[in-house]
Amino acid sequence: MDLLIFQAPILMIQASMDGILLGILFALIAYGMALQWGVMNIINIAQGDLVILGGYIAYFMYLYGIHPAWGVIVSPIIMYFVGIGIYKLVINKVVDRDLFISILATFGISILFMQLMNFAFGADVVLANSGYGTTMLFDNSVTLPNSKIFAAIISILFAIGLVLYMKKSKLGRAIRATAQNARAAKILGVDTEKVYAATFGINAALCGVAGALISITFTIHPYMGLPYTIRSFMIVIVAGLGNLPGVAMSGMGLGVFEEFADYILGTEFRIGSVFLLLVLILVYRRFKLSKKREYLK
Amino acid sequence: MNKNIILYTFILIFGLAAPFVFPAFKVQLSILCVLIVLAITWNIQGGEMGYNTFGNILFYGLGMYLCASVQVGMFFPLAEWTESGGEKTFVHTPAQFFQGFGVGLAVAAVVPAIVAGLIGYSILGLRGHYFAICTLGLGVAAGEISGGIEIIGAGQGFTTPPFPKVGSLEARGEFFYFCSFIVLVLTFIAVKSIYSTRFKLVLNAIRDNEDKAEAMGIQTMKYKIIGWMISAFFCGLAGGIMGGLVGYIDSTDVAFDGREMGVFMVLMAILGGKGTLWGPVIGATIFHIFKEGFWTFFLGWQYVALGVLIVVIVIYFPEGIMGWLREKYPEKFGEVIDDADRKAQVELK
Repeated sequence: MDLLIFQAPILMIQASMDGILLGILFALIAYGMALQWGVMNIINIAQGDLVILGGYIAYFMYLYGIHPAWGVIVSPIIMYFVGIGIYKLVINKVVDRDLFISILATFGISILFMQLMNFAFGADVVLANSGYGTTMLFDNSVTLPNSKIFAAIISILFAIGLVLYMKKSKLGRAIRATAQNARAAKILGVDTEKVYAATFGINAALCGVAGALISITFTIHPYMGLPYTIRSFMIVIVAGLGNLPGVAMSGMGLGVFEEFADYILGTEFRIGSVFLLLVLILVYRRFKLSKKREYLK
Repeated sequence: MNKNIILYTFILIFGLAAPFVFPAFKVQLSILCVLIVLAITWNIQGGEMGYNTFGNILFYGLGMYLCASVQVGMFFPLAEWTESGGEKTFVHTPAQFFQGFGVGLAVAAVVPAIVAGLIGYSILGLRGHYFAICTLGLGVAAGEISGGIEIIGAGQGFTTPPFPKVGSLEARGEFFYFCSFIVLVLTFIAVKSIYSTRFKLVLNAIRDNEDKAEAMGIQTMKYKIIGWMISAFFCGLAGGIMGGLVGYIDSTDVAFDGREMGVFMVLMAILGGKGTLWGPVIGATIFHIFKEGFWTFFLGWQYVALGVLIVVIVIYFPEGIMGWLREKYPEKFGEVIDDADRKAQVELK
């Protein structure tokens, strides 16, 4: 237990800034989670592994001499087709079934992806160096890597773009209609099968963007997927489905929580504290709802 | 009934004779016993109660750490033991070893059950996938947190006391085999007798429709917690034996290994057939044979195979072996189907 953060309050600003920038990335992943959960009613445990896979695409561009920031454009395109592929192979068979089946099936995909990535890319922790330098604030006592600021801006741009796409385009409207009532949408001539595939593809593309940004700002490793899944799940249940500002806010909140946990409890408890927070949030909601004699649906 | 007695006698004799007939497979057979126990305990929850948990690995890992810690802590300072790592500065005498192991197992069974009872009220109030994700979080959190605690070895792991020099070279394997076999028999008898009471019907009612069960006057929460405690009791026992058998405990790779044991127990129960007595036993046996074959001949590709296996079983075979048999031969499961029913079934298709 290290209480340095209370002796030097400037570290709190550092942790908060780091947390907010990190949280914007989490919110982007959570947005994809909310999308597929709302539309297809599945929970995708492999979400985090899609993020890591997207990160490796950017990393490989970096290895071959292309600036990894281009991964932000290349990675979602590749990941979109990966997502469609996963949908055609597995997800379309679990859409209408019990939620537990989707959890378990995507858990299988997650294990499969982990190991395939481990074979293909090795078990090392890697980082694509963007060479963006750092920004100093408050008399050089708060340092912010420019790559993190870049990641946050790109995430916001993608999120805004997606919201506009959902509002204006034909496919976006079809997706929203399916989310509201799949059967009614089908009756009115929406090809729900296509909508589902597109939704999963868009989700995978979002994961690709987030992964590329994570490979620039943080590190990636084949086995790091599950925490991202849990974070996005947590953000979605705190914010509620279809509450976009809520997703952004709770994403940033989670980021700040994590940075503070990192400073106060120590880095070895960071992931553990995230998972514990999930349990606490679920338990809190359970007691809140039980007062009204309801339960989490 | 007569047939059943013959079957049980045969299995018992086979189980008692197995380590002498197949001496080379003693460790594998002990692991099989532990796996069957885990599958049976998962089935109480996932199969009978309808609460699909990923978190029973919590009790397994807890039992593992508790058994080893008690076994060491009863005679030597625990912190110094873990600090010295694998080096044998402290040596258990045979009496100390067995005494410690016995007390350790008792603690490893009781404490997880108490933990389940304590957290049960808050966590079993969650339903469906919230419960599944919450327990998944619990399991991973336990692994991550125990990996940061110094006194039980933190990241470098915990070496359990080595087996003392008694008897022949085979003694260690035989001891752990009989421990795990006895636990398996106890678990099976306990679960079988539970399944023949009203308790099982209550669990099934909770699975089929919890709100209705509550409306009928069943205190569902009480039964859910008791069910989870029974599950945790045997899970912890299995973990304690497995810790002694493996000889080395690591927080994320052995004890709270959600990627292996945590998934295995779900998979074994589903493969054999959820909600049946024999399903988990059959599922675990088949799975263990498959796993050992694959782990031996395709080392490195085992997780790929595991991932594919999960997807295939879950999508194409969710009823499991027992469910398939039941559909094929309903008469053998005590379901009376007359000709009119059979005709109606055919017409439905």
